[in-house]
Amino acid sequence: MPAVKQPLPDGVVAVVKRDCPTCELVAPVLDDLAQRGLELTVFTQDDPQFPPGAATVIDDTALEVSWFHEIETVPTLIKVDQGQENERIVGWSRQQWETFTGHEALGPDLPEQRPGCGSLSVDPSRVDELTVRFSGSKLRSRRIELAELEDDVEAAFDRGWSDGLPVVPPTEARVLRMLDGTTRAPDEIVATVAPDLAEVSVEQVAINAVLAGCKPEYLPVVLAAVEAACTDEFNMHGLIATTFFSGPIVIVNGPIASRIGMNSGNNVLGQGNRANLTIGRALQLVVRNIGGGRPPRNLSGNGGGSAGGIDMALMGAPSKIGLSFAEREADSPFEPLATERGLAPGTDAVTLYAGQGPTAIVDQLSRTPESLARSMAGVLATTFHPKLVIGFDAMLIVGPEHGRLFSQAGWDKARLRAELDELLVFDTDQLLRGVGGIDEGLPAEMAGTTVPKFRPGGLHIVHAGGDAGLFSAVLGGWVGGQMGSTPVTRAITGIG
Amino acid sequence: MTVVLDPTAGKSAQSIETVPRPASVEGLMIGLLDISKPRGNKFLDRLEERLVEMGAQVSRYAKPTFAKPAPVDLRHEIATNCDAVIEALAD
Repeated sequence: MPAVKQPLPDGVVAVVKRDCPTCELVAPVLDDLAQRGLELTVFTQDDPQFPPGAATVIDDTALEVSWFHEIETVPTLIKVDQGQENERIVGWSRQQWETFTGHEALGPDLPEQRPGCGSLSVDPSRVDELTVRFSGSKLRSRRIELAELEDDVEAAFDRGWSDGLPVVPPTEARVLRMLDGTTRAPDEIVATVAPDLAEVSVEQVAINAVLAGCKPEYLPVVLAAVEAACTDEFNMHGLIATTFFSGPIVIVNGPIASRIGMNSGNNVLGQGNRANLTIGRALQLVVRNIGGGRPPRNLSGNGGGSAGGIDMALMGAPSKIGLSFAEREADSPFEPLATERGLAPGTDAVTLYAGQGPTAIVDQLSRTPESLARSMAGVLATTFHPKLVIGFDAMLIVGPEHGRLFSQAGWDKARLRAELDELLVFDTDQLLRGVGGIDEGLPAEMAGTTVPKFRPGGLHIVHAGGDAGLFSAVLGGWVGGQMGSTPVTRAITGIG
Repeated sequence: MTVVLDPTAGKSAQSIETVPRPASVEGLMIGLLDISKPRGNKFLDRLEERLVEMGAQVSRYAKPTFAKPAPVDLRHEIATNCDAVIEALAD
């Protein structure tokens, strides 16, 4: 039978352990209180014979009562009325104990006060086992017993759970700790994951977040990312199946980013930050393990899973392993991405963008925003192909030194966007098939007009990167809008 | 012994049997599904010519975009009207 929280007996409950000098100190007081007729029940954590005397002693060496009632210190006194806890105090203080019990002259030979000791139920060497024993039953996932001689990390590779990097084995204790990161119930359904259209629960997302190496405080971000990715607008199904390069990129806004230690500065798209590297990876592992979206097993045997994977990417990109980053909001010349996309300022949010790795924009000489915007437009114009327009989205990441030039000139995001929109309109005659000796291009019937490089809403702008370097970047996207993928922004909820 | 939780949806792969390959296409309704990639239509035009020469009837369909799965209604229409379907994945 799974353990459930039992109500405490009415009256006063004391929780003690013999291996605590303060508990030894107060043992005569407990005896005294019982003899004075106080309705007293003592739960003992390590020795059923302790404390000696008149009080009713109940064996809690299994620590079930201590764990369920969240005892952190011994001795703890709890006042219980009709099964409900009304008040608790910890340690020994004559004055507190007298007020609490309504009895005077307690322990006249004892010092005025003594702090308590740590409860065995929160002992670091025991707490994981206790958590699994007493709350593991709320986990519904299938338990898989690994063989004695099986290495747990290798076992995950063998079962096809890995993206090619080692994963953290999802033990019950780790999954329960991960679930502490959210207030959402483990059995709540988060999304339906393509391509297998499998429903995924909070618990299953947590398991994959463990695999990815996330800390519990990242889980609400991962959950929001899964929700955003598994929408018709974002079109994760098409994104995982395409021959194109792109993968889901998770951009985080709001105070949660710095609270969980995400990087928005130096090396923002690179190595070195656990949150940035594991949040996107957790999303991809959900797509892989729950949705069944994975590459075919390749010749070196590392593709994993069934031979018939549906990921047809010609080359792929780092964003397919997992790419997440925080926008650098503090000194940004722009409103945050999530705010621009309709959420209240300061909202914790993720925005999912189907994109690749960065292409550098170098401009170390521009000293006016007009000149810098022209540099940026020049690089953006060649994204995907200098003669192809409208089909693909792009994201411009403005580096802080470039951003300062805009803010000093009073340019906000709308002003920069207006400038770029104007610069990124082309005569179709220059882009026709065959022009410039290049067969690729627009069909002849589009001659004699102008076209924008990007569809309306197809150019996204954020601010990120370190303090030094007169660079920005373009994250090339994928087929944009209804034909492919539209970025999706979701508020992060259930922060534990 | 280590116990871990299953990170997958716990589903085993479903095998779906394909219909038996027809001995001849004569008199059959063959659906040609254009996934809307560039020049996929040219490939299907040629297939249509060849199929008609072989005595088949041809019905043409197109996905709204190659980047998304075919809509349910379209799949149902093809399954209802056709004896077999050929999908053009060409670029």
